[in-house]
Amino acid sequence: MTDAALPAHVGDVIVRATGIEKYFDDNHVLRGIDLEVRQREAVMIVGRSGSGKTTLLRCLNFLEEPTVGSVWIDGVEVAADPLHARDRRHQEQIRQIRLRAGMLFQEFNLFPHMSVLDNCIEAPLRVRGEARQRAIERATYYLEVVGLVEKRDEFPARLSGGQKQRVAIARALCMEPKVLLFDEPTSALDPELIGEVLRVMEDLAHSGTTMIVVTHEMHFAREAADRVVFMEDGVIAEQGPPEQILEAPRDERTKRFLRRFLLT
Amino acid sequence: MSAAASLQPGVPGIVEQVATARRRSRVRWRLQFALTWAVLLGLLGFALWASGNINLDFIASAGPYIVQGAWLTLLICISSIALAVVLALIGALGRLSSNPVLNGIASLYVSLVRGTPLLVQIFFVYLALPQLGLTLPVVLGGIVALGFNYGAYMTEIFRAGIQAVPRGQAEAAEALGMPQRLVFRRVVLPQAFRIVIPAIGNDFIAMIKDSSLVYVLGVQELLWRASTLGRRELASLEGLLIAAAVYWGMTIVFSFFQERLERRMARGDR
Repeated sequence: MTDAALPAHVGDVIVRATGIEKYFDDNHVLRGIDLEVRQREAVMIVGRSGSGKTTLLRCLNFLEEPTVGSVWIDGVEVAADPLHARDRRHQEQIRQIRLRAGMLFQEFNLFPHMSVLDNCIEAPLRVRGEARQRAIERATYYLEVVGLVEKRDEFPARLSGGQKQRVAIARALCMEPKVLLFDEPTSALDPELIGEVLRVMEDLAHSGTTMIVVTHEMHFAREAADRVVFMEDGVIAEQGPPEQILEAPRDERTKRFLRRFLLT
Repeated sequence: MSAAASLQPGVPGIVEQVATARRRSRVRWRLQFALTWAVLLGLLGFALWASGNINLDFIASAGPYIVQGAWLTLLICISSIALAVVLALIGALGRLSSNPVLNGIASLYVSLVRGTPLLVQIFFVYLALPQLGLTLPVVLGGIVALGFNYGAYMTEIFRAGIQAVPRGQAEAAEALGMPQRLVFRRVVLPQAFRIVIPAIGNDFIAMIKDSSLVYVLGVQELLWRASTLGRRELASLEGLLIAAAVYWGMTIVFSFFQERLERRMARGDR
């Protein structure tokens, strides 16, 4: 997309994926993806299941090692190296990428044996070597942001799905990442709990958090996205501002995909 | 309850009646169960006494000495289970390792130990190792043999426990930038431990009984005392009855704690 189309609030490029390809055995899931995301930009990736959107997101922080390509986040670049994926040096580079990219999962993945607060301070204490007091202050701040500070001493099993996902967001924010990656964050939630999570995400988007979101929530994408990326068969078929992609798509595949949502 | 009752205008108090009936039948069931045990055990005791072959003097004089062997049995079991847990943790890490040498060592350990009888392993420590120039004190030898044996079985339990921790847990920790070692120590291992604690309890109870095998080393634990004294005083029946009763009592006590622990774990993550 051209610079003229950029919303005024976005800044410099902070995430750049170049030539990402991914094979699972001989299944060619990603077929050459280039994606740039700018500071304070909210990018929503949509597409039918099996189009490769979750795999792309997981390639960005190397939870899946891409077969080909490279990822650059805020000054750290890692090239795919599937032959030496377990090598210490490569793993350390990947860790530097991960410190810059927080991730949210469909299944939340809170640590069940730790309280809400401990979930939030575990990585700051042990990965960033932060002082305990400082980590607790920041955790308290972000738990307030997601509206759950009063649950700080509860264990995850006592929380609803929506609350778990909000804690997971706070936990990710406590590492002060440059970008948040959301992998279908509301897909595992009961319908009545989806709203509270989307609201938090929308607040984050509006307050300038850089985020890349894989989602099926078209209405949410329309409201909160700066840019919608439509994927099909492992490539980006079309991308642009939400009004354009969701209301006046040019690509035949995008039109077909959206028709399903319009009918319901 | 009153709301439920008011929904049943035709049968006043039916909810309470059902609850009372259910409680009564539960109490009756338990009484009959306990009575069955009491009768069977009473009959057994009576038959033994009526046979006229029971030497009560022996029981009175040797009983306390035999029963006190339970302390050594317990000490051996606790030490062995501790050794087994450590070996099992290392073994499980080996069995899950992508390094072929480490994996091979761990697999060989499990295969060798599981493929040979415990009694052979105990004799090996006692009789074969001295021939190789290594003589262990008998109690230590017993602990080593039992610990190695149980460690191999527990290796598989630990491996399954570690694999039972959902993959997403490690992924979430990795995504937070935690290095592999930290992911394992802080996220995977504590959850795996919770999964295997009931199994460790089961093994402990099994070990209380298997520990009797170390009497062949001359360790003066429960069975050694019972059989040695019994044989000397021609009262093997009495001696073995005492030992059996103590083993049984110990397993009942630990099963009780084990069940409570399991129920607490089943209630989920706090």
